[in-house]
Amino acid sequence: MPEFPLQVEQVSKKFRKGQLHDSLRDLIPAAARKLLGRASGRPLEKQEFWALQDVCFEVARGEAFGILGANGAGKSTILKLLSGILKPTSGVIRVNGRLSALIEVSAGFHPDLTGRENIFLNGTILGLKRSEIRRRFDEIVAFSGLEEFLDTPVKRYSSGMFARLGFSVAAHVDPDILLVDEVLSVGDYLFQRRCLERMHAILNGGATVVFVSHNLEAVANLCSRSLLLERGRVARIGASEEVVRDYVGASRQRRTGNLGHEAFIADVRVRGRDGSRSHFQAGEKAYIDVEVRGNRPCEQLAVGIIIRTAQRVEAFNTSTQRLGAKSFSLREGQKVTCSLALDLHLATGAYYVSAWIYRYDIEKTFDEWESAATFLVSADRDSRGVANLYPEVSLETVESMNPVKTQAQG
Amino acid sequence: MLEYLRELERYRDLLYMLAWRDIRIKYKQTIMGFMWAVFMPLLIISAGVLVRYAFARLSGQPVVLTDIDTVAVKAIPWAFFVASLRFSTLSLITNSNLVTKIYFPRELFPLAATLSQLFDLTVASVALAVILALAGIGVSIQLLWVPLLLVLLVALVLALGILLSALALFYRDVKYIVEVVLTFGIFFTPVFYDVRLFGEWAWVLLLNPLAPLLEGLAACIVRHEAPALGWLAYSATFSFVALVSSHKIFRTLEPAFAENI
Repeated sequence: MPEFPLQVEQVSKKFRKGQLHDSLRDLIPAAARKLLGRASGRPLEKQEFWALQDVCFEVARGEAFGILGANGAGKSTILKLLSGILKPTSGVIRVNGRLSALIEVSAGFHPDLTGRENIFLNGTILGLKRSEIRRRFDEIVAFSGLEEFLDTPVKRYSSGMFARLGFSVAAHVDPDILLVDEVLSVGDYLFQRRCLERMHAILNGGATVVFVSHNLEAVANLCSRSLLLERGRVARIGASEEVVRDYVGASRQRRTGNLGHEAFIADVRVRGRDGSRSHFQAGEKAYIDVEVRGNRPCEQLAVGIIIRTAQRVEAFNTSTQRLGAKSFSLREGQKVTCSLALDLHLATGAYYVSAWIYRYDIEKTFDEWESAATFLVSADRDSRGVANLYPEVSLETVESMNPVKTQAQG
Repeated sequence: MLEYLRELERYRDLLYMLAWRDIRIKYKQTIMGFMWAVFMPLLIISAGVLVRYAFARLSGQPVVLTDIDTVAVKAIPWAFFVASLRFSTLSLITNSNLVTKIYFPRELFPLAATLSQLFDLTVASVALAVILALAGIGVSIQLLWVPLLLVLLVALVLALGILLSALALFYRDVKYIVEVVLTFGIFFTPVFYDVRLFGEWAWVLLLNPLAPLLEGLAACIVRHEAPALGWLAYSATFSFVALVSSHKIFRTLEPAFAENI
């Protein structure tokens, strides 16, 4: 049997809600009860909940493995278990090799120390030896792009600089197994790209990567296999593309609050011509239905939608008012469904629909729902970015040209 | 235990950096800088001299220089004892962001806390050694006891520090209890006075495992005598047993740290 770098067998983790004994005053009576044998079985049963239940998976050497799931599905708990911060309530976790976690990469920083000092401090915290840091110091600094600020205390850094320095140190720990949690949301676009490249390089170096992210595209691009968690249980495990598709289909964020307004958004649905679905081919027609309801009579209403990519880039933004459609009014208890037909000339990826309802003469927003619906677009031809411009390639070759000398770039 | 020492060896650099961080932060942005290491002991010594003077007035005898030397020799380890325990007790709580986010053996925190205080102890000891040498205290073969006594002192501090750091993580009362005990501890520990003052009741005071160590230091440095061996053995046994058991307790509690902090 081949030895897996990471093996998770039937792992469950139980958490307590609320506090148990935070001071001795609470402990002593509880201990006394226990001693007297009057502890009624498990009195805290109600306070407990399972963050993870019977999770099993293994990751092969050199594999990139994605973990997906909505907020609270247990993704972070899994990472904390894998990195050893938490211990499972039951089950076994086997780790073979040097494991390093890119979870909160700047946790080890001390605000009063300079960038240089923090590189050494954080580096040792992340598992490097001082000699290793000395050797890689220039590389780390160059990666962060913070040469000028090395002798500035990090408390004077911007939050972006802070995160960059953290990731730069973490990216230079050469682990056998790398756990990554959402760090790619730090820094500007260029830095994010550099991070992804670095992760590819670590992968190509033969390391095993476990990647937890909301960035579905990044997971689909980087990871061959993925795991979908739903309320602490494994909902699906398999090829990333299929798991991502499942996730997109299932991840309609549940609604909280805002139901007390004069008018509110009751539902946002994405469908095709022939009924509800969430996976489209580029250029296909999709319908977005926004269902609004009134609590009190209101007039001059309009509905707006924004479609964003997984990186929160706005791909499209419109409203019924700006489209010149008639405004509508709502009476108490009335329901209006506003449908927008769209041609999805979009690049491959996952998209999130947000909707809002407002009264345009007084510019009052009654309700808005972020990422109310999700859909996935695939194109048969390579298309990245936001828009699909349906590229056609042609090549023209011209013989007998004089070669142009180019100077090497400095 | 051996395996554990090997693990510590693996994390040697981290231990060093954590202690270095604590020292660095303490002396950064302070006006007094290294004077801080001397300041606390100096305050304790002054208080001790005052107490000694009061004793002398009552008994009608003059204050002799050796009395002051004795107070000084005991005050510095006492200052180390107090500062280390205070610092170790809080070491897990103040590093909660690391405890909940990154894994490495958590025992490094109280260890690093003690190590950083050991730095202060060294600074203060060097200063004291210079002063004592100038005061003409003299040298004898008995000084060879000093390293052993210091090792036992550190072992005792570690034993208590490791245990208290873990307990303070679960119960915030612990840190207040430690504060109070340390504040009044000086009255129950022979720092300003000798246990011999209590005649046949001296043994009650020597039950405090710190007392034989302080008395031992005073004996070999100031009076050029060997320490009381029986009591020294008692302290050594106490420190060793306490160190092993608090390590065991710490290890048992450690898995629950991240979710209870």
